[in-house]
Amino acid sequence: MLLIHCPYCDETLPEAEFAYAGQAHVLRPQDPSAQTDEQWEEFLFIRENPKGPHFERWRHQHGCGRFFNAVRDTVSDKFLTTYRAGAPRPDLASLTESLT
Amino acid sequence: MSRYRVAGKGRVETAQPVDFTFDGRRIRGLRGDTVASALLANGIHLMGRSFKYHRPRGPVAAGSEEPNALIGTRRGKGQFEPNTRATVQEIWDGLETTSQNKFPSLTWDIGAVNDAAYMLFSAGFYYKTFMWPKSFWDKVYEPFIRAAAGLGVSPSEEDPDSYASRYLHCDVLIVGAGPAGLAAARAACAEGLRVVLVDENSEAGGTLLSEPQARIGGTPAWVWLAQELAALRAAGVRVMTRTTAIGYYHQNMIGMVEKLTDHLPQQPADTPRERMWRVRAKRVVLAQGALEKPLVFHGNDRPGVMLAGSAQTYLNRYGVLVGRQPVVLTSHDSAWYAAFDLADAGAKVQAIVDTRATVRPDLRAEADRRGIPVKLSHTATASSGRLRVASLRINPVLNGTVGAAATIRCDAVLMSGGWTPSLHLFSHTRGSLAWDEDLTTFLPKDTPEDCVIAGASRGLWGIAAALQDGAEKGRAVAADLGAAGIARAYEVQDDRPGQGESRRELPTDRDPGRAKAFVDYQNDVTAKDLRLAVREGMRSIEHVKRYTTNGMATDQGKMSNINGLNIAADALGKAPPQVGLTTFRPPYTPTSFGAFAGYHRGAHFEVTRKTRIDSWAEDYGAVFEPVGQWRRAWYFPEAGESMDDAVRRECVATRASVGMFDASTLGKIEVVGPDAVEFMNRMYTNPWTKLAPGRCRYGLLCGDDGFIRDDGVIGRMTEDRFHVTTTTGGAARVLTMMEDYLQTEWPDLQVWLTSTTEHWATIALNGPNAAKLLAPLVDGVELTEAAFPHMSCVDCTVAGMPARLFRVSFTGEIGFEVNVPAPMGRRLWQILWDAGQPYDICAYGTETMHVLRAEKGYIIVGQDTDGTVTPHDAGLSWAVGKAKPDFVGKRGLARPDLTAKGRKQLVGLLTEDQSRLEEGAQIVFDPNQPLPMKMVGHVTSSYHSDAAGRPIALALVEGGQDRMGETVHIPMHDRVIAAKITGMVFVDPENARLKL
Amino acid sequence: MSHFSAFSLLKHAFFGNKGWTEQWPDSQPKAEYDVIIVGAGGHGLGAAYYLAKEHGITNVAVIDKGWLGGGNTGRNTTIIRSNYLYDESARLYDHSVDLWENLSQELNYNVMYSRRGVLMLAHNVHDVQSFKRHIHSNRLNGVDNRWLTPQECKDYCPPLSISPKARYPVMGGALQERAGTARHDAVAWGYARGAAMRGVDILQNCPVTAIRRHPDGSVAGVETAKGFIRAKKVAVSAAGHTSVVMQTADVRLPLESYPLQALVSEPIKPVFPCVVMSNAVHAYISQSDKGELVIGSGTDQYTSYSQRGGLPLIEHTVAAITEVFPIFNRMRMLRKWGGIVDVTPDRSAIISKTPVPGLYVNCGWGTGGFKATPGAAHTFAWTVAKDEPHPINAPFTMERFRTGRLIDEAAAAAVAH
Repeated sequence: MLLIHCPYCDETLPEAEFAYAGQAHVLRPQDPSAQTDEQWEEFLFIRENPKGPHFERWRHQHGCGRFFNAVRDTVSDKFLTTYRAGAPRPDLASLTESLT
Repeated sequence: MSRYRVAGKGRVETAQPVDFTFDGRRIRGLRGDTVASALLANGIHLMGRSFKYHRPRGPVAAGSEEPNALIGTRRGKGQFEPNTRATVQEIWDGLETTSQNKFPSLTWDIGAVNDAAYMLFSAGFYYKTFMWPKSFWDKVYEPFIRAAAGLGVSPSEEDPDSYASRYLHCDVLIVGAGPAGLAAARAACAEGLRVVLVDENSEAGGTLLSEPQARIGGTPAWVWLAQELAALRAAGVRVMTRTTAIGYYHQNMIGMVEKLTDHLPQQPADTPRERMWRVRAKRVVLAQGALEKPLVFHGNDRPGVMLAGSAQTYLNRYGVLVGRQPVVLTSHDSAWYAAFDLADAGAKVQAIVDTRATVRPDLRAEADRRGIPVKLSHTATASSGRLRVASLRINPVLNGTVGAAATIRCDAVLMSGGWTPSLHLFSHTRGSLAWDEDLTTFLPKDTPEDCVIAGASRGLWGIAAALQDGAEKGRAVAADLGAAGIARAYEVQDDRPGQGESRRELPTDRDPGRAKAFVDYQNDVTAKDLRLAVREGMRSIEHVKRYTTNGMATDQGKMSNINGLNIAADALGKAPPQVGLTTFRPPYTPTSFGAFAGYHRGAHFEVTRKTRIDSWAEDYGAVFEPVGQWRRAWYFPEAGESMDDAVRRECVATRASVGMFDASTLGKIEVVGPDAVEFMNRMYTNPWTKLAPGRCRYGLLCGDDGFIRDDGVIGRMTEDRFHVTTTTGGAARVLTMMEDYLQTEWPDLQVWLTSTTEHWATIALNGPNAAKLLAPLVDGVELTEAAFPHMSCVDCTVAGMPARLFRVSFTGEIGFEVNVPAPMGRRLWQILWDAGQPYDICAYGTETMHVLRAEKGYIIVGQDTDGTVTPHDAGLSWAVGKAKPDFVGKRGLARPDLTAKGRKQLVGLLTEDQSRLEEGAQIVFDPNQPLPMKMVGHVTSSYHSDAAGRPIALALVEGGQDRMGETVHIPMHDRVIAAKITGMVFVDPENARLKL
Repeated sequence: MSHFSAFSLLKHAFFGNKGWTEQWPDSQPKAEYDVIIVGAGGHGLGAAYYLAKEHGITNVAVIDKGWLGGGNTGRNTTIIRSNYLYDESARLYDHSVDLWENLSQELNYNVMYSRRGVLMLAHNVHDVQSFKRHIHSNRLNGVDNRWLTPQECKDYCPPLSISPKARYPVMGGALQERAGTARHDAVAWGYARGAAMRGVDILQNCPVTAIRRHPDGSVAGVETAKGFIRAKKVAVSAAGHTSVVMQTADVRLPLESYPLQALVSEPIKPVFPCVVMSNAVHAYISQSDKGELVIGSGTDQYTSYSQRGGLPLIEHTVAAITEVFPIFNRMRMLRKWGGIVDVTPDRSAIISKTPVPGLYVNCGWGTGGFKATPGAAHTFAWTVAKDEPHPINAPFTMERFRTGRLIDEAAAAAVAH
């Protein structure tokens, strides 16, 4: 069971309190009707699925209920950071540097 | 005292005899014995049969790594378990044990014919045969193979015992309470750090229990151990025995299983048999010690052939001589001490046979002093004895040439091929290993987890080295956590550090290709099997393992992995690390299912959600159905009624007068805020802006892919407040979906969402007399067509309770849904029930609800739709706000396939022969086509309808909405049913019955 | 390479089993291949076998970052069935079962396809409706599947508890008798041996680091740990790692990789005659020919390449097993392990050409790839050889995610109510 830091509660808590919510920074377009089928497919289905640092969303389901973002290494399952929804995408280089 | 018990030796309680049975025979042991030590004390080595060749086997080890001595253990009814390690199971009066994998008896086993054909049953033989004739596979070969499988027999009754689970948080968890673990605990238990020390054995001490000769700081080992444990406990260290760390999971979560009752003659009341501990430790010290390796030679598996270190344990810990005339066969110093200990205890050690050319002079001198013959530069090439080893055949080896054989009579062979660090938990962390050429073994390298390794687990031999390393590691982890741990210095006398050489198969003067030199005992994998696998192209250790099954027995390679690797690497002409090590997987030792399931058994397997009215339904004799985690009243049978009878009666009564239904499980979400209406416009397909406060509307929710997700009636209580209802199973999903869009796509909207499902109890009243029944109880609104028309909602009081009243109908009758605070639910139900008596009120369940709604063509999401159905497919185009610039699903609905012709659409079906269709039945246009048929849809709902006077059905049919009046066919297994496509409303299409 | 038979076993045993030769050679890469298949699991090796045998394309290499059969082929619970709802799926999986039935003879390698029957348990009214829908659909598709009452379920699988007092009582079951299990390693090895016999190179421990393309966009070959290898066509069959490999060719896929765990008990004498699946309580179980109870768990909630998986999921899985089979409560878990499964949005596979000429992909099998091995390999080989899909895999395109023509078996078993 992973330990996850909720950036709203500022507490590190067990995974059982959280729900995974897929890749982060997939923005729903302002005007979906103006999207081509290809663009809508991209929004709905195409995912990065990287082996390594992954920008992803979690929800503190059984806590504050907030959705937030995280960077997690999908090889080690270690969280590099978590941050609030709407905050800018953190710089990956600085995150991985702090690891070593 | 039995012949093999040594007075004054061991930690067993001589004055406390214990009687148990083995294959029905009464055996006397002593308190503190394991089944294995007690049997050995009675001169019994034969305890089981091997998997493939059914060879007679005795214990080769003295701990949880034992591959051979597996037995069935039984306490009483439902309390049987197969494959228990005789070397671990403690005895108690009345314990029943049985040997396994034999027929008709352990001493005469017919399966042993396989042993004669062992050349035929070489590695992977089954991949190469049993293919011809093909028809024999199902009937002959496979049943034959399957019948041969397995060791013990399955339990056959329900387990009466209970199991528990608990969380434990600590600063330092130390796995293994041998010298390294003890010292680590002592060093780390500083400044209030919470330290936990666990050991799988019945008592702490590890190696110290087998080496009483050692003295630490001048104190005898066992005295020191007792003092140290007392000191640790005094310092607040939690010492847990009979507790196995089974797995190392993410972020220092360790699963541990504590055995609480398997060693007790009487199970204390209310005590679980086992408890799963889920430990979260800031730091972990792994001090799991090392495992001794067998030597690989022809006949190394006969009962009586065992690890030297284990023989030493049987003697020193249990006071049992495993043989009176043992011979020691070794490539490592440690076995020499076993020889000395056994000799000192009265055994006549026949010889020490060492594969090495030279040994330490002090060892040699000690052997000479005891008059033990020493054979250096020797190999073992065979053993003899049917059910117990009787002799060992040894040969000198000179410059690689095996010389003439000599035979040594013996009743036990104590072997040692050296030691392998126990890296199981470390391996669970996905930690990397490094090959140590000097020790010819893998040592731990890096791990992503916060753990350190201490003592023999990282290749340090001897008590002094383990103590020192443990102390240092304990201090270091304490320092890591900001505490000043103290690494004490330990002075150890009579320590027995040693070294040795690593061997593959021992050299032989016979054909090694025919040798039964076992590597994996239980699975009967021999060195020749490993070499055959390599010959056949298996180049990685994983392939070799899978092809031969080496390391896949219940010891999971604890005995066999390193020997297997060395032999396979040799066959490949590569260094062992190039061939790789198979990964150890949790659990460390086999762990009962009960411990994993914990409390989640029977009724507690998953929570049962019940409404506040559920107890009334139970009292009234309802039959329930599970819906998600809820249980819902399905129907209320009266005496002698079938389900169909009850449902018909409930339907008729409701349409005739009034029925009441517990709708509390419906999901309810309060959507509140200045932007609530904008939020609803974006989430639901319908438009909401023009819905006046006090009015309701049917709402339809799609995903952004355009498919229906959920539906429900939604009331606008005030300008900025919506009471949203969802399906019973969809409540949590819908709220999560709403929160997702609200928080992450539209954070600018001022809206708050609250789940109110369990805050309200909801009672639906339906029928021509519903208003008459309800009106006298309602304050705050007139139940008239003018004041409270269909699809209205209001906050009011009902029977004096604060209520949210809806005028809605899922039946086509005049309908109300009364929401009151949940704790008042049953009281209101009773009041309505009593008030309804003059109207012959009828309580109805979910089945009647389904029939009544189907008669009106109202869909059930999840039954009439299935995640591939759009609003248009479901005939709900009217619920889609076409003028809205956007809503969830709008773009998805415009995708090519969702707008294509010929989609399956929801319609009504009426069978021509008046028969009732089966839900799920498939529909075709042409019933005479051959298989596979072109299916054009299926029946989603089907009921007998009294109101319609006939069976009715809903179905998804290709292009259905343009096929009104056409006939389709439903091919059943025995006949074809023709049905006419109709609209979906079967009763009161004008909705006249909705009016007051 | 020798022919396998009882006679050859006897003969070799007589000569001390010294005459056996390697089942596939340890190949070194050539400079160029007609087809390079990335991923030496059952699907990749099978595709190579059928390319060689049925399409005469033998200048083929199967490349794997590890050892062959070391991914999901060797890590699954070996359940084989074809009682899928939709025509497209039923056809593909039934094609597979047809091939399974003759695979041992076809490969001269006993893959131990065991028609022991797969029983799927219904625990609520919705299950009953859904299973009956499957049964009717299967019957009209010529796929066997029939309804059993609770007592018939118990008769078919004696360890089953049909107590009405259970938290989720058994309300019946759907039985496909032709379904069953097979020996997973043997599938990889049998295909490897069969392919190697026909000239296919199997390159193990040779990670593919990138797919290279010509300036015109078409496939040029693959970069590997052993250097660049030219190829006219590249076929990717890399399961959980497909996204990573395809990304190097700028092809992005609707895939996510999840950890999937499975476990076995200690071996016991035969007690469990069939395969039982219970979707409602999340339990999948059979007994191996070795005697172990083989139990499938679910995927963890987050994507991962760690092959680790968490304890809570295992606890839930075991609880589910003991809920349905209470007599196993005192059985012991011997070993659990993890795999990485690639999952598509509609939980159905992709066997398809890609926008890159000469690049093909077979992926997205989620938790169900093993059963499809022969059928997927067979149709994938066809797709690669002819540069067009076989009629059976034609619906399993990448385009369906754009058009919305999904093959959504999971949605069809939807759980809203």
